[in-house]
Amino acid sequence: MLSVENLTSRYGRIEVLHGVSFNVAEGEIVTLVGSNGAGKTTLLRAISGVQPTTGGTISFSGESIGGLKAHKRVARGMAQVPEGRQVFAPLTVDDNLRLGAVTRRDDGIATDLENIYTTFPVLAEKRHLQAGALSGGQQQMLAIGRALMAKPKLVLLDEPSMGLAPILVEQIFAIIADFKKRGLTVLLVEQNAYAALAIADRGYVIETGRITISGTGRALLEDPRVRAAYLGL
Amino acid sequence: MAEFLQFAFSGLTVGAIYALIALGFTLIYNASDVINFAQGEFVMVSGMTAVFAAAAGIPLPLAALLAIVVTVLFGILLHRLAIEPARGASPVTLIIITIGASILMRGLAAVFFDKNFHSLPPLAGDTPLNLGGAAILPQSIIVLIGTGIIVTALWLFLNRTLMGKAMLATAANRLAARLVGIDTSAVIGISFVVSALIGAIGGLLATPITLTNYAIGTLLALKGFAAAMLGGMGSPIGAVAGGLLLGLLEAFGAGYLSSQYKDAIAFIVILAVLFAMPQGLFGRASIERV
Repeated sequence: MLSVENLTSRYGRIEVLHGVSFNVAEGEIVTLVGSNGAGKTTLLRAISGVQPTTGGTISFSGESIGGLKAHKRVARGMAQVPEGRQVFAPLTVDDNLRLGAVTRRDDGIATDLENIYTTFPVLAEKRHLQAGALSGGQQQMLAIGRALMAKPKLVLLDEPSMGLAPILVEQIFAIIADFKKRGLTVLLVEQNAYAALAIADRGYVIETGRITISGTGRALLEDPRVRAAYLGL
Repeated sequence: MAEFLQFAFSGLTVGAIYALIALGFTLIYNASDVINFAQGEFVMVSGMTAVFAAAAGIPLPLAALLAIVVTVLFGILLHRLAIEPARGASPVTLIIITIGASILMRGLAAVFFDKNFHSLPPLAGDTPLNLGGAAILPQSIIVLIGTGIIVTALWLFLNRTLMGKAMLATAANRLAARLVGIDTSAVIGISFVVSALIGAIGGLLATPITLTNYAIGTLLALKGFAAAMLGGMGSPIGAVAGGLLLGLLEAFGAGYLSSQYKDAIAFIVILAVLFAMPQGLFGRASIERV
């Protein structure tokens, strides 16, 4: 579904991705683990088209999308839940969700909106409140709901557990694991390597802009290098 | 009391024009962080086009429509030819580009039209109404009503349409706007069109009272900028409140102190806002939670 080949990207003169290659097959949950500054967020932003790339290719559903603007990529079926949630704080919960469907022209938007409210009842209660007034966990649910409103085939999640209480982290990971049953493909970037690998089919370890280890979620959980570096075991 | 009412009314009338210019600043600033210093030239181009079209024998309603079309065209060209090609440049660079564009538009107006002052016939005649001893021009009331209609229409556009909400979302969080699939360059383009439209209508409303000539835009842009700063850059409500307040300050300052200092008041306001409350009356203090 998603295939990234030899991708490079830089901030000014500093290259932060030095030729990253990986792929995600349809229906999979794939996770990228790595420490702060490894280039995880840069990679996801490059895939979504909001961070310029300097080399390599990105193909989605068999087509090269490297030259497409961000909004065209959303229209093709790729949505991102960005790091730090990034909800539209002054707009209502309802408007945030509706804007998630801004690229869609079909008439299923109202039904999907109701489905989101069924999945996240807490958002339904607060639908007329400003998104900025929600708690961190509720904002994370809103950011996930907003991405789902685009009716994506592939969901990119950037650190969805960041800054959340442990009980909420558990809830968020349960929701992500549930995406698979809905037929969604997931690319999950996490510092919480244990939780991410536990729900992932496959995983990659990214270190200073390069993929260093790859394997199934289970194999990575048992890999001594991963255990030492990311799981603290 | 009659004197007070007289000053208040003339202040509100001029303030309404400042409010419209400040709204233009606000829309473009929210979409792109650019302060469009050609905003005053939109008002000038509209007024001048209407004056010369009417002088050429075109009926006034058609001349007004032509003025709006020409001004919006200038807005589109400014975005397409000057702002869009420099995409990715810093806001300061883009602001300098808009200053360049304003000088160009002034030059074109001086060449195509002339350098004299012109007026348009007022819509509802020029017999002043008497209100509590103050003489009020019917055109003043039309300016206030027109401004009210524009502000209401803009509010409905921003809060009741998906396109408007996409503009608000872009202002609130540009990264997230791009990630949900909002075409942010289109949003910037639309902000230029709407700002030019508001400026054009402002020019048509104001010209019978304030007169127009090729160079009127500079001072208007500075006054509108002062109004937007006073209200809080980025806040549409602030732009309207700031415009009216600045108009009142000018009218009372000119009336009770000295009319020589009328134009200085806007600059004193800019300095006072920068020193005392940089976020303005309705602006958000830019505190970011991390």
